[in-house]
Amino acid sequence: MADRKERIRAAETTSRRGSRPILAAIIMFAGAFMLILVMIASIALGASDIEWKTVWAAIFDFNPELTSHQIIREVRLPRAVTGALVGAFLAVSGAILQGITRNPLAAPSIMGITDGAAFALAIIFSFFPGMAYSGLMFWSFMGAGLGTVLVFGIGSLSKSGLTPVKLALAGIAVGALLRSLSSGISIYNDVAQNMSFWYAGGLAGAKWISVQLLVPIGAVGMAIALLIAGSITVLNLGEEVARGLGQRTFWTKCAGVLAVMMLTGAAVSVAGAVGFLGLVVPHITRFLVGVNYRWIIPCAAIIGALLLVLADIGARMVNPPFETPVGALTAAIGVPFFLYLARSKGGESK
Amino acid sequence: MTNNFMKNHPFLFMGTLFLFLVLAILVCLNTGAATITPGQVFQTFIGNGGEKNALILFEFRLPRIVIAILVGAGLAVSGAILQSITKNDIAEPGIVGINAGAGLAVVLFIFFFQGSIAELGGISTYFLPAAALAGALSAAILIYIFAWKQGIAPVRLILVGIGVNSGFNAILIIIQLKMDPQDFSQAITWLSGSIWGSDWSYVLAILPWIFVLIPLAFLKASSLDIIHMGDEVAAGLGIHVEKERAIMLLVAVALAGACVSVAGNIAFLGLVAPHLVRRIIGPKHQYLLPASALMGALLLLIADTVGKNLLAPSEIPVGIVVSALGAPYFIYLLLKTN
Repeated sequence: MADRKERIRAAETTSRRGSRPILAAIIMFAGAFMLILVMIASIALGASDIEWKTVWAAIFDFNPELTSHQIIREVRLPRAVTGALVGAFLAVSGAILQGITRNPLAAPSIMGITDGAAFALAIIFSFFPGMAYSGLMFWSFMGAGLGTVLVFGIGSLSKSGLTPVKLALAGIAVGALLRSLSSGISIYNDVAQNMSFWYAGGLAGAKWISVQLLVPIGAVGMAIALLIAGSITVLNLGEEVARGLGQRTFWTKCAGVLAVMMLTGAAVSVAGAVGFLGLVVPHITRFLVGVNYRWIIPCAAIIGALLLVLADIGARMVNPPFETPVGALTAAIGVPFFLYLARSKGGESK
Repeated sequence: MTNNFMKNHPFLFMGTLFLFLVLAILVCLNTGAATITPGQVFQTFIGNGGEKNALILFEFRLPRIVIAILVGAGLAVSGAILQSITKNDIAEPGIVGINAGAGLAVVLFIFFFQGSIAELGGISTYFLPAAALAGALSAAILIYIFAWKQGIAPVRLILVGIGVNSGFNAILIIIQLKMDPQDFSQAITWLSGSIWGSDWSYVLAILPWIFVLIPLAFLKASSLDIIHMGDEVAAGLGIHVEKERAIMLLVAVALAGACVSVAGNIAFLGLVAPHLVRRIIGPKHQYLLPASALMGALLLLIADTVGKNLLAPSEIPVGIVVSALGAPYFIYLLLKTN
């Protein structure tokens, strides 16, 4: 009893002390401005560098007879937009997951979601070759949902509940299982190479149709995320506190998982396995703006978008004219961060 | 009831395992792209089987069987040791990134030296275990450094291992995509864990490692028992806990590295085999280690036979079969334990 009171008091002080709305507003405006700059840079840089003036002209004064305008309109612009959307979605998914599980290591990439999508793709590539792009995306989206449900289910059904370790291990086990099934299927049907390129993660294949898929699904997912942001803030203070304040925690969690499935599913089906972005960005955001998820979620979206567009520029610059998989770049940032978190927070029994 | 019976008669259990292993070897000799009846196998062994059968048996099937047995035994013992010294039931060379480290070293080795090695001929095969060992060791050292914080907490070790694992895998992906398509598909098949295309040179390459390290592990069984009881008990009984732990860790890592160098990344075997054995005959390492070795060999041989024949004429890499079977067991463990 004393323990509970103490926890509630501790929670109250952290939430009062820990929210910085002014900084959050600055991040959102400055971040949005920087995002636009970075996206223009992303459009201008590439196999053939295009002048900034041309970029401007291609967007606002389109001339279909110029090749550079065509490149910008059909290749570079959708790629930049897709990068921003995917980055935002992954970051928000990570923020929701970390909020509702109170688990610092929760993130889409360690939760079997990408493997679920890959599993669906392996089946499609093998048995329904030549399916339209939108169909591919729909099924990889369903696969991502399957992965999420499996990992979450196993993690929550286990005896001690959804601890950081349990979640990570359930993610590994489900991931390994789905991965082994998809490699079996794809090796048998000789589509393994298609799969590996997808696994590496990348925005090179982004087209306008990917944006068309990302926007509606993402809008619904983001709307859910913002609607439950307040509840997540309370939930993050502890299950008991939330119940004590009259919140139906079960429904908050369900809505959260649904939003994660939509956002991650859409992101993964377009960009493949982009790891660790969903882990790192929410931590950075929380460090900057505090514990209120009404601020965390929009800020995480902006920061995530910014980081992925930057990482994508990096992926093109590291070893030109070849593209380094952007997933490898995000992992290069994310793995040390994960190790740091595992060292500082994962070892405690929670 | 049966469990207690088996606990009191560990040799009976090992005998049964051995019998099954012999059976599996016989089945494995008979099945494949061309079926060879047991009678023909026998005829071939005493020298009257005809050239074609002799070629198939001695140059294709037998080395593959021997590799499966050696690798299975090695990985199982490696897993058993890791589980004991970390006092953690889910420790396993595949999960904590030791296999990935070894795999990365091997792929790097192939990537940088493939061209020059073609001229050197078969010698490169013998360098592979050494390269894999270096990779496995650096993975282990990394994990140890990151997980060390006034001692090694089992949970932290696993989490750090998972992180190291994904780090190595990310580097692997970059290197794979730089390879030309043929090397690439070779590397990907090898990485999923496969023991096809093995010939006697691979057996020779891995044999010394297995034959030195596994008996060494058996010799150390009693100190493993004591370490498993807890650091204080062990110190009280006059054991240098950290020193013994480091030695055993080295043995486990070297075993995993050697196995990965010839068979690729086979996960979950080192987890499942010792686990099953411990449930049946209990935690005494004197029996646990040899029985795990037999169990590992048996499981891998069965998995390889399944992978070879299930979707014939395509072969499924054995690592995929093992994780398709091992992952559900792992999930079951997760649900059951705290």
